[in-house]
Amino acid sequence: MSDVSKTFSGAEASEDSLSSKFLTFKIDNECYAIEISFVIEIINMLPITPVPGLPAYVKGIVNLRGRIIPVMDLRIRFNKSEIAYNERTCIVVASIDGMDIGFIVDSVAEVLTIPESDIVNPPAIKKDSNRFVKGIAKVKDEIKLILDNQSLIDFRDIDDIASAIQNEN
Amino acid sequence: MAEHYGDSLLEMFLFETSQNTEQLERIILDTEKAGKFSEEAINEIFRIMHTIKGSAAMMSFSNISTVAHKAEDLFYFIRENPSVEYDCSNITDIILSCMDYINSEMEKIKNNEEADIEGGEALIQRVERCLHEISGGKGVSRNKNTGTESKSAEKAADGEKVSKDEKSEKHSYQLTVFFEEGCGMENIRAFSIVRDMEDFADHIRFQPEDIVENNDTVFEIRKNGFKIFFDSAKTYQDIIEIFEKTPFVGSINLIETAKAERNQTQKGAKPEVKNGQKNGNKADKNDEHQSVQSLISVNVSKLDKLMDMVGELVIAESMVVENPDLSGLELPNFQREAQQLHKIINEMQDLVMSLRLVPLASTFQKTHRIVRDMTKKLGKEAEIRIIGEETEVDKNIIEHLSDPLLHLVRNCIDHGIESEEERIAAGKPPVGTITIEAYNAGSNVYVVVRDDGRGIDKNKVLEKAKRQNLLKKPESEMTDKEIYNLIFLPGFSTNETVSEYSGRGVGMDVVLKNILAIGGSLTVESEEGKGMAVIMKIPLTVAIIEGMGILVGNRRFTIPISAMKESFKPDPKDIFTDIYGNEMIMLRGECYAIMRLHKQWGIETEVTNLSDGILILVEQDDKRRCIFADKLIGEHQVVVKTLPELIKRIKTVEGLSGCTLLGDGSISLIIDAGWLVNTDIK
Repeated sequence: MSDVSKTFSGAEASEDSLSSKFLTFKIDNECYAIEISFVIEIINMLPITPVPGLPAYVKGIVNLRGRIIPVMDLRIRFNKSEIAYNERTCIVVASIDGMDIGFIVDSVAEVLTIPESDIVNPPAIKKDSNRFVKGIAKVKDEIKLILDNQSLIDFRDIDDIASAIQNEN
Repeated sequence: MAEHYGDSLLEMFLFETSQNTEQLERIILDTEKAGKFSEEAINEIFRIMHTIKGSAAMMSFSNISTVAHKAEDLFYFIRENPSVEYDCSNITDIILSCMDYINSEMEKIKNNEEADIEGGEALIQRVERCLHEISGGKGVSRNKNTGTESKSAEKAADGEKVSKDEKSEKHSYQLTVFFEEGCGMENIRAFSIVRDMEDFADHIRFQPEDIVENNDTVFEIRKNGFKIFFDSAKTYQDIIEIFEKTPFVGSINLIETAKAERNQTQKGAKPEVKNGQKNGNKADKNDEHQSVQSLISVNVSKLDKLMDMVGELVIAESMVVENPDLSGLELPNFQREAQQLHKIINEMQDLVMSLRLVPLASTFQKTHRIVRDMTKKLGKEAEIRIIGEETEVDKNIIEHLSDPLLHLVRNCIDHGIESEEERIAAGKPPVGTITIEAYNAGSNVYVVVRDDGRGIDKNKVLEKAKRQNLLKKPESEMTDKEIYNLIFLPGFSTNETVSEYSGRGVGMDVVLKNILAIGGSLTVESEEGKGMAVIMKIPLTVAIIEGMGILVGNRRFTIPISAMKESFKPDPKDIFTDIYGNEMIMLRGECYAIMRLHKQWGIETEVTNLSDGILILVEQDDKRRCIFADKLIGEHQVVVKTLPELIKRIKTVEGLSGCTLLGDGSISLIIDAGWLVNTDIK
């Protein structure tokens, strides 16, 4: 575990090489990849404080050295059965649009360089079915599903500002 | 040249100049109301323009400095000719345009953009025309003759004072200047003094010599003063006066070295005496000035950091004092010292909090200008009334409040206030009133912008919303409040014509966004024909509150103590249910609804029997309710942290105003007292 529990810093690599670097992690039997430029660090499981009213896949908030960040269980987000967290469970802390969020994953695999030419678009199956996956890559006979960060934090149940005010009153 | 001196100098220039223009704006608007420039105001405007001119010249922003110079000339003329007739509002316009120009130039400097030289020249011509008009052609020429190069009008004045027989002679002086302590950049200031002196002195030599190139000269100047040797036709007194007016000069020591030919012997002994007097006077005069100097400006990010540190200190304190290793031990001495520590930390917290608090006054003041400009342009009459400008709010909040406030005021004038004829026809006073009010209530600050204009035309709003496809439900089902809220939707604007100030449909949604960004809320009140009010409720985001920890199931929450009236074990015979199954309790003749937090939030708990848990009576906005929780954990001070942005985006999360870290590092959610008393009970 300790070998992956290190901080990835964007400054270590130059911009162009970042664009094709991905952090891969496992959920169930699939291997997913997220662009490493979004990843801040990988941490072990922390005690989660549930927040009333959250969708099931957002587990709550954690205290990461004084910073409060929400954590999302990707198993539930991807409609897979929930399992108990074990010592391999990790939180991948990412910063998307300036907002920090932790993704709970089964285990972290490795950092990979995937050339853009190896990435293909996911096939259309039905509307909205694949909104979390923006690309599929094949690396050494293994399939990696490349995640779309934006749609992960697009909760859809959030309307525009209008409903926010109406809610307020 | 600006970059040559580095950013700190530029930063200081920008800061000082923006403060100066702010002050100037205040003076100008005040005098405009009075209809005439008081002597005091004229002097003050003159002084400010002079300062701006000087520091801009020092930074080589010649466009700013020449504009300020012209404005200064204008006020010099008015000051010297008190009897002159002038059009006050015209001059006000001119000065305000000068300020706008200076401000916009400063923005450009900040953004490294090209200076607008043409705009400056046009402005200069305008000022000159005005000066020409009021002086009837004379007076200006004198200024021009003496001031062609770069000299201020001041010099002309000084020149006049010099008596005839001395005028032709040159005296040699040795001048030692000590700058005010802590003014910084002494070498640069010394250099600008020398530059200013070129207008009235010759053969200037100074020591240390390499002030511009060598920054270390700062220390020498601080220690030994800045020595200047020069010849001038000015008298001793005149020179003293000039330096008294120079900003940042602390004390000076002027010695007349070699003569003025025949006067040498007579004057030989005098300088020392004069020095003493001068320094004495200067000290008196400077009392006020020095108190200003005792203020320092601190980068807000440092304050933020300090605030965070204190927050962590509070947590660390409770971690130590409530350390499990200590439980069960009798430690009277430890307890006493811990008490003392607690007291000190408390005071520190209060202090750090207060450091960040800024009165709303300066934000409110900005509205004067908008009202003035807009009423003039739109031909409406309106005045602004400000209440509670001394209300203090966190610096971060002020920043977010300024734009919404200005926009709301603009909106009031543009859409709210009617034209004079309309107002008279409606039986209202011809001059509209816009009231801006701020007050504290609990841990919130309310800022209200109210006008006595035509109010919101509901039908018009609905019609427009329909056309823009903004309606979410049938018109007939919409409450007044919902209709008013439509105006905050992006892309909504009821004014048919686009004016300079509003009508483009951007704005009200920005107001809302800004307020939501700081965790506040908006309410609109309106009465057709009578006016409308926008009420902004703003919480203190970074705050330390007294909270009561409660337990529901295995979850910990915090209720602000300020909202808690009391907590008690209910007597089962006081509890009853109405026909819909709503639980209520009778307490000292009053009846309160009971809200079970575990039901409300769907939390599993073993404590479901009211008499097993605890009831907490909360009060907020004059509404009361009894809240049912498993048990109280205890009172503690908590540092309020906002919930993560992503959580706040989820609409279904309600009733939480923030969260806090407890001594053991776990998170406790802070319950919004307003929600407790207002939400529908499940």
